[in-house]
Amino acid sequence: MKKLATKRYHKAAPLMLVLLLLAAITGVAAITTSAPATAATQVTGNDVVEGQKLFAANCATCHGMKAQGQEDIAPSLVGVGAASVDFQVGSGRMPMQMSGTQARAKMPQFAQPQIDLLAAYVASLGAGPMVPTAEQVDGSLGNAANGMELFRTNCAMCHGSVGGGGALTQGKYAPSLGKTTPTHIYEAMLTGPQSMPVFNQDNISSKGKRDIISYLEEQRKPSPGGLKLGAIGPVAEGFWAWVVGIGLIIASTVWVGARSS
Amino acid sequence: MSQSDQRQGKAEPESFEDPGLPYHRPRLADKDPKAAKRAERQVAAMFGISILGTIIALWAYFGLDQSATDTASIMQMNTAIGIGVMLGLFGIGFGAIHWAKTLMRDHDMVEERHELRSSDEARAGAIQNLKDGVEDSGIGATPEGVGRRGLLKGSLITAVLLAPLALLVPQIGNMGGNWDVNALRHTMWKKGTRLARDPEGTLIKASDVTIGSAFHVIPEGLNELEHGKLEEKAKAIVLMVRLDPRDLNLQPGREDWSFDGIIAFSKVCTHVGCPVALYEQQTHHLLCPCHQSTFDVANGAKVIFGPARRPLPQLPIAVDDEGYIIAQSDFDEPVGPSYWDRLKTPGSSPSAEAVGN
Repeated sequence: MKKLATKRYHKAAPLMLVLLLLAAITGVAAITTSAPATAATQVTGNDVVEGQKLFAANCATCHGMKAQGQEDIAPSLVGVGAASVDFQVGSGRMPMQMSGTQARAKMPQFAQPQIDLLAAYVASLGAGPMVPTAEQVDGSLGNAANGMELFRTNCAMCHGSVGGGGALTQGKYAPSLGKTTPTHIYEAMLTGPQSMPVFNQDNISSKGKRDIISYLEEQRKPSPGGLKLGAIGPVAEGFWAWVVGIGLIIASTVWVGARSS
Repeated sequence: MSQSDQRQGKAEPESFEDPGLPYHRPRLADKDPKAAKRAERQVAAMFGISILGTIIALWAYFGLDQSATDTASIMQMNTAIGIGVMLGLFGIGFGAIHWAKTLMRDHDMVEERHELRSSDEARAGAIQNLKDGVEDSGIGATPEGVGRRGLLKGSLITAVLLAPLALLVPQIGNMGGNWDVNALRHTMWKKGTRLARDPEGTLIKASDVTIGSAFHVIPEGLNELEHGKLEEKAKAIVLMVRLDPRDLNLQPGREDWSFDGIIAFSKVCTHVGCPVALYEQQTHHLLCPCHQSTFDVANGAKVIFGPARRPLPQLPIAVDDEGYIIAQSDFDEPVGPSYWDRLKTPGSSPSAEAVGN
């Protein structure tokens, strides 16, 4: 990837310079107009430059050289913020494997330092939500009981009562939250990726989000009742009852009725 | 041979012949003492498994730490006790059946079916008993054709008819304390009620609702209700979202019911009343998890899929002087599924019905 990026840099050097200038201007404007929103991430000008190189090499095909997006292909990334980049690239959803109803989570294609560079570049394009701090996503500091109440009201209808995931319309789905990192859970609420609505800080406070993370981490402990069967509710349980349970009963009945050899 | 002869012959047989018992094949254990010994050991092993299972269950109950509160320990104990009980019962059952099948006396038995019809004497006796009973009670007609003991007959019939009321009246009376369907026509929302977050009850400013946001909303003051909180909540729950105003098609007659892309709909499905809350931010579709009714939020929540027949009622909203979102009025039609007298509601606006088609 780095190698590729270096090559591209030489080819597109003039354009890069123009973009760099634009990015610097918008970056300065963003920082001066909304200082509290972006101040916490320690972004140096160099990070933005490096991030822009990565962006041009890996993301610009769809999102455009200025991250302005393309009609019906990819959305504009101006103002989506570092949190969006960290979630989408960090969970492997971006770069997308193929176009379809929903970008699937897969192995991340970039290492965390590269993701941080991309995030720094995108954040410089316009003010947006930033990556949460370690303390904001530390579930052990949260209140799982309050998190359950918030989760039941805001999240459970799509993600299931314990975060096992569920189906939406026309092939879309709410993914399981069983293995999602706390930072990605937080960022998803903040940015509302794909079908998911946005739950900004005015809707669910930062403390509330941490409570939700705490509740979800509680659900990862072993279930006292035994097998969870994916925690997706009656479908998996019914499948077990009908196929395994009734299958065993039929097998026993056949054995009881068969003559001994 | 004889069967095929008959089939080719001209006459059908009068009745089927009893084919008798099939050939009795001796079992391995009948012929070979070694096999019998093996079967005996197998049965004993199954009973042994049962004994082992019981020991496991008892060990799990007494041996494992019962005071543990972490889910991992509880799961281990439950699993161990469950497996122990399962082995204890299955071992006995499988052993007993294996014993019966391999070692117990193997002989064919014939159990004849008896005729269902009772004998003529028994039938005549039963009829005579009924006649005697009618005669003794005196409720039947006398040989002269005049009924006797009319008082007894009448009072008995009255008592039998009245007795179920003692059960039915309290049952039906308890079904709903209030049979007035007007309670379904109105919710807690009224002019000026502020919108609050579910479950905390904190108020919402219009500036809090960014594009793409979904807020689950209750009326201000709901949490402070002392009686009927859940009943009121069940009717008043609202989903509020903000769309890019360019995506939002305002419905005729409802141009001022939303605020700069912020729009609020009842969360109670018009099909059978499940909470409709699966909101897809990009398509603006709202999906009901029970029967997949799908409502298009960008077009007045009209039904685009599923069994629901009416759009979700819209809550008219506005913003007050302090920037908080308030309701302009109650819903203009009853929320939730249909019920008798629903269409007689005076407040039902014709425009709300027109959106549904």
